[in-house]
Amino acid sequence: MKHALLTAGLLFALIAFQSNGFTAIEAVVFDNTSHEKRYKKLINELRCLVCQNQNLAGSDAPLAKDLREITANMIKQGTSDSEIKEFMRSRYGDFVLYEPPFNVSTAFLWLSPFALLIIVVTGLLFNIKRRQQDELFKPTHATNNAEQVRVRNLMRDTPSLNSKDSNKPER
Amino acid sequence: MKLKYIIPLLAFLSLAVLLGKGLTLDPKAIPSTRIDKSAPSFELPVLSKPGESFRPEDLKGQRWVLNVWASWCVSCRYEHPILNDMARANIAPIVGLNYKDEDAKAAQWLAERGDPYYKAVVDSNGRVGIDWGVIAVPETFIIDEAGNVIYKHTGPITRELVNNEMIPLLTANN
Repeated sequence: MKHALLTAGLLFALIAFQSNGFTAIEAVVFDNTSHEKRYKKLINELRCLVCQNQNLAGSDAPLAKDLREITANMIKQGTSDSEIKEFMRSRYGDFVLYEPPFNVSTAFLWLSPFALLIIVVTGLLFNIKRRQQDELFKPTHATNNAEQVRVRNLMRDTPSLNSKDSNKPER
Repeated sequence: MKLKYIIPLLAFLSLAVLLGKGLTLDPKAIPSTRIDKSAPSFELPVLSKPGESFRPEDLKGQRWVLNVWASWCVSCRYEHPILNDMARANIAPIVGLNYKDEDAKAAQWLAERGDPYYKAVVDSNGRVGIDWGVIAVPETFIIDEAGNVIYKHTGPITRELVNNEMIPLLTANN
């Protein structure tokens, strides 16, 4: 018990220590909170080119530091978010944006989930319709009473067609 | 009935082709946005030559090479002899963009390893590098007569690359 507590304590300290290290990027002073909010949003949306799969906010790379500095200065000079993104995109391509814009090369990326959805729903509807049309599920297809009784009996006696009987051990 | 078996097979095959193709691609390769566009302009001081500066417009009318390097860059060591050979063969002017480096160390590097550059220019804060979309040093660009970027290579150049891709571009229409 003592050991478990100690381990848990050490683990907790380790996690707390590590998350502290992560936020250690240079502080940028803005004289206005909306600028600061935009800065934080932008450096989270822009991707670091050096350590890919990290954003500018989370990267220690010198290039990421330069790009953060450029972002901060552009905001202070009154540049709009879309102009800043265009500045980055013209230099590093769509890659620098975590949310890729819709164009010819990204059309497949954006549209394939919807195409997949349409294919699955169509397939499902088709399948349901086919089941409804299945001869065996239509005892009324039989022309007279005697045939209907026969079909019902057949269905009851065939385990795979009648859910009530399907778990009987026989056969 | 047959379709029932063919569709999953086709789906599997197309997925296999798609993923197989993905395996051959380099996920870290970022295509340059500067290809076939006019080279970003700049004016930078020339290394070890106080008062002298260089602009890409100075070389308008001919094809030239921009090589981004730094003395702290390990893989630059591998391509440096190749740059020296290119300079000796007098194929085209090579401009060296010294990226985020210290002048003294850069000058020492050229003194020790040879200076292949028509001009070595100093980009101490890396802003010109950012304009050119430089991500990791070394990077090599070819600029044509009209001042457009026509080629970019990320990483150290090799003899094979110089012979097969760069020289044909540098000697065409020249």
